[in-house]
Amino acid sequence: MIIGEQKPLQEICDLIESHNGKRILVVGCDSCMTVALAGGKEEVKDMVAELRQHSKSHGNDWKIKGLTLKRQCERKYEETIATDVANCDVVLSLGCSIGAQMMSEFYPLSNIVPGINTSNMGAPEKHGIYKEKCIGCGDCTIHKTAGICTLARCAKGLQNGPCGGSVNGKCEVNSDLDCVWNLVYEALKAKGKLDDLLILTPPKDWSKSHSGGVRTVRAR
Amino acid sequence: MSVSKLEEKLSKNQFVVTAELGPPKSASGDDLLKKIRQLKGCADAYNVTDNQTATVRLSSLAGSVFCLRENMEPIMQIACRDRNRIAIQSDVLGAHALGIRNILCISGDHQSFGNQPDTRNVFDIDSTQELMILKKMRDEAILWSGDKLQTPPSLFLGAAANPYGQPQELHLIRLKNKCIAGAQFIQTQSIFDLETFDDWINAILKQKILGNTKLIVGVLPVKSLKMTRFMANNVPGTIIPNYFIKRMSSALDEETEGLKIASETIEHLRNVKGVAGIHMMPVNWYSSVRPLLEKANLIPNP
Repeated sequence: MIIGEQKPLQEICDLIESHNGKRILVVGCDSCMTVALAGGKEEVKDMVAELRQHSKSHGNDWKIKGLTLKRQCERKYEETIATDVANCDVVLSLGCSIGAQMMSEFYPLSNIVPGINTSNMGAPEKHGIYKEKCIGCGDCTIHKTAGICTLARCAKGLQNGPCGGSVNGKCEVNSDLDCVWNLVYEALKAKGKLDDLLILTPPKDWSKSHSGGVRTVRAR
Repeated sequence: MSVSKLEEKLSKNQFVVTAELGPPKSASGDDLLKKIRQLKGCADAYNVTDNQTATVRLSSLAGSVFCLRENMEPIMQIACRDRNRIAIQSDVLGAHALGIRNILCISGDHQSFGNQPDTRNVFDIDSTQELMILKKMRDEAILWSGDKLQTPPSLFLGAAANPYGQPQELHLIRLKNKCIAGAQFIQTQSIFDLETFDDWINAILKQKILGNTKLIVGVLPVKSLKMTRFMANNVPGTIIPNYFIKRMSSALDEETEGLKIASETIEHLRNVKGVAGIHMMPVNWYSSVRPLLEKANLIPNP
């Protein structure tokens, strides 16, 4: 899933105020941002209440409406809110950046502002905690490292083992972070496959990643 | 045939001394020369660091050229943090053309430690892959892509290791991979805890990890209790046992005690099987290197 978190309320209010409009539409997403507890029905409801409070205390006289789309990143759902979008001055997207971009693409003349800082592709660790798992390199090789992506989960994206800063299974960047190479090591050791680590990984072909240019994927 | 004095001496199993030179935050060669001249004549070769701790400094390529002008053999460090394979291969061709032969391949400290924490890092390749690429350029006279080189570089290739990396088994696999990938010499981070170091090298020898690769071990003279504490808490991968901190805190003169600890470490290392030399890392205490080496009778013959 896509992981993201809400921008600070002040930043959101500044973005809205920059458009000088009174009619605000808050659009959430039932998909990833719901799981991320950042832009689902509940968060849209809370955001509408917070914006009303802000409007009241700042004398903005905002008229605020909230709704959520099943998936903000798909055109077929975007088109269902044409009337609401036409009747507002500013749309605050609580979808991920992809949702907000699709909304901008579908309603090119409307003022769409992002309410979410989209962070990464990852998974919930426990309630409200999400961890990055994938960088979308376009050439998955996690089978070589016990099903763990070191490109995404090592701060340096190292491909042939830990750096010298890895001490007692923790990362040099932050001792709260596990060294991903230690996780790979533990997992391979448990499987009796430590010899897998003795196979050198040559320089990666990054042409299948974003480095090769913006990618278009065609389903087979 | 050896491509550098460092390689020649190591191949003859003569004990070597290398010393680390951190270029200044300066655009002046004179500022660099002040540091260079404090170390001149002390070592067989001089590591010129590549923006160490992710802090912007005069470049390792320029610093290495300044060493050559002073008749000091450089070990140019190249970190993967700041350059992709295009820049690294290009810099190596240029470095070789300028007379540089020894190259230390390193990943590089994470940028969060340095003075540009908001930068974007590169890490197109890691240090093991850097070794693979440079070895290919040297041995097969081709770039990684396969393009033929008109003249290949003659290189003596090194890599880094941390004797205190835990779990040891994992870090030894990493070291073995670096040796297989092309490391001809290894320089370690500074060591303090000799007992743990001995365990590490015994494991290396027992598992025959090094092959023909030579091991040069880091010695860092600590100048003060404050610095010892700072190193213990802030330098990635550095382990300083409490008894060293106690020694420094109860010392009458911290500098004298720091020199004494470094001297003891050097004496210990000279007698450890598998240690091919020492790597002096004076950080901000360049004047400590010469007396330490003179005391140990390790100043190389000119």
